[in-house]
Amino acid sequence: MDDELSINIASAALICGFFALWEVLCLLLGVSDLILPRPSDIVATLIDRFPVLWPHILQTLYTTLVGFALGVGIGVAIGVLIGVSRIAYGVAYPLLVGFSSIPKVAVVPIFVLWFGSGTTPAILTAMVICVFPIVVNIATGLATTEPELEDVLKSLGASRRQILWNVGLPRTMPYFFASLKVAITLSFVGAVLSETVASNRGIGNVMMSASSNFDVSLVFAGLMILAALGVALYVVFSMLERRVTGWATRKNDFAVT
Amino acid sequence: MTVQRPIDAAQPGVDAVTTRAPKAVKLENVSVVFGRGEKAVTALAPTTLDLEKGAFLALVGPSGCGKSTILKLVSNLLAPSSGVVIVGGKEAKAKALKVGMAFQNPTMLPWLSIERNVMLPLKIVPPYCHRFRAERKGEFRDRVHALLDKVGLTGFGDHFPWQLSGGMLQRASLCRALIHEPDLLLLDEPFGALDQFTREELWAILQDLYLDRRPSVILVTHDLREAGFLASRICVMSPRPGKIISDRAVDIPRPRDIGLIYQPAFVEMTQELRALIAQVRK
Repeated sequence: MDDELSINIASAALICGFFALWEVLCLLLGVSDLILPRPSDIVATLIDRFPVLWPHILQTLYTTLVGFALGVGIGVAIGVLIGVSRIAYGVAYPLLVGFSSIPKVAVVPIFVLWFGSGTTPAILTAMVICVFPIVVNIATGLATTEPELEDVLKSLGASRRQILWNVGLPRTMPYFFASLKVAITLSFVGAVLSETVASNRGIGNVMMSASSNFDVSLVFAGLMILAALGVALYVVFSMLERRVTGWATRKNDFAVT
Repeated sequence: MTVQRPIDAAQPGVDAVTTRAPKAVKLENVSVVFGRGEKAVTALAPTTLDLEKGAFLALVGPSGCGKSTILKLVSNLLAPSSGVVIVGGKEAKAKALKVGMAFQNPTMLPWLSIERNVMLPLKIVPPYCHRFRAERKGEFRDRVHALLDKVGLTGFGDHFPWQLSGGMLQRASLCRALIHEPDLLLLDEPFGALDQFTREELWAILQDLYLDRRPSVILVTHDLREAGFLASRICVMSPRPGKIISDRAVDIPRPRDIGLIYQPAFVEMTQELRALIAQVRK
């Protein structure tokens, strides 16, 4: 416990130190606001412009979470489909790798072409960018389930569905949560990417128009917001992960239910 | 510890070992071949074997002789390459009998507490599965704890598998094989990895549990004393490709006391089995 506390303190100190160093270096070297604003400037801008920024934050959060939810749904479905069958795993994998290799920035114009600018392409971009890690992790988790564990249920006469439900899926949970933490941050990237290219709402759009107005501190304020949102959602899923998959990490404080 | 009973004081009908008794399991010319063509490996040569209802059969033989293969056939984890496996009057895949199985490794599901692990068969096997939701915190829970008490795991229901030692996990594994009161109990070297004292303790526990409900049992083991102490019948298998080369009854009345294994007649029996296996290994 003491170890954990000291790690947390050190981690907080590192973050504070980073911003302090940034502030000090900007002051000492006399860096212009137009090149790199100081953290204190950025925070001031953030507070100052918050009423204007707030709807954009909600918009980005909305497109990210909807895209993420769709991505998780589709990713789990595809992952289960190809994970339960060795043949499907082999057959579908090359296609999946092909899709995942496409730079997602390239699909935004296509979505805009199909659905116009605004919310829809942002949601879709957030979705496609986060599907692949989820599919791969679910499929891998299922495909690597120990046959001995499945035998326990088979010997009892369990159906394939019961085996999936009682062994395959619980066994896959650590893989699933590992992919969720990657997927949620990727969803942010996807949503902001699409907003930057084709939207008049959202943090991506705010940063775009701010940079064309040379409002550099607002651009950085946008980055800060994105980083903060990313960290917040990451923490949410980490906490959920610890509750659901504590058995895999063997924490001593893992709640005995 | 001394046992008063002489070893061959067989009481008629003690273990119901008669050829007329109804059969729990029947293997008719069953063989298992893995792979095809030149790479084919015969795991089990054509074998015929039957198990009377309520009998305790031990399968012994050198490692790799197909002992576990027979268990996998009976529990329908494996399909025979030829022949038929009849369990409870129907083909093995029909699951006509309630089967409980304990494996060489305890194979507890790591995300479930011991209580939930032991309860697993009640979630899968009818008729219990229909009442699982309603009873898992009531009657079923009490049943699990009663069984855990019997094997000396009182108070460990809430623990997770990684918090228990190997011996404790094997005890839990035995509970899981028995919780749904199976008609047929399949034990695949369940005590192989344990120390002598724990093993002997678990033999006695297993005998008590057997006498309680009298399921039909197939025990795969390479421990001849274990086979002699527990079984009412011992089948010896040859090395790969395995087949049964000796089939003998053990007419020692139950309940048997652990001191039995040091009696001259018992030692003589295990020596005979040992000589037989040593001979076929060459």
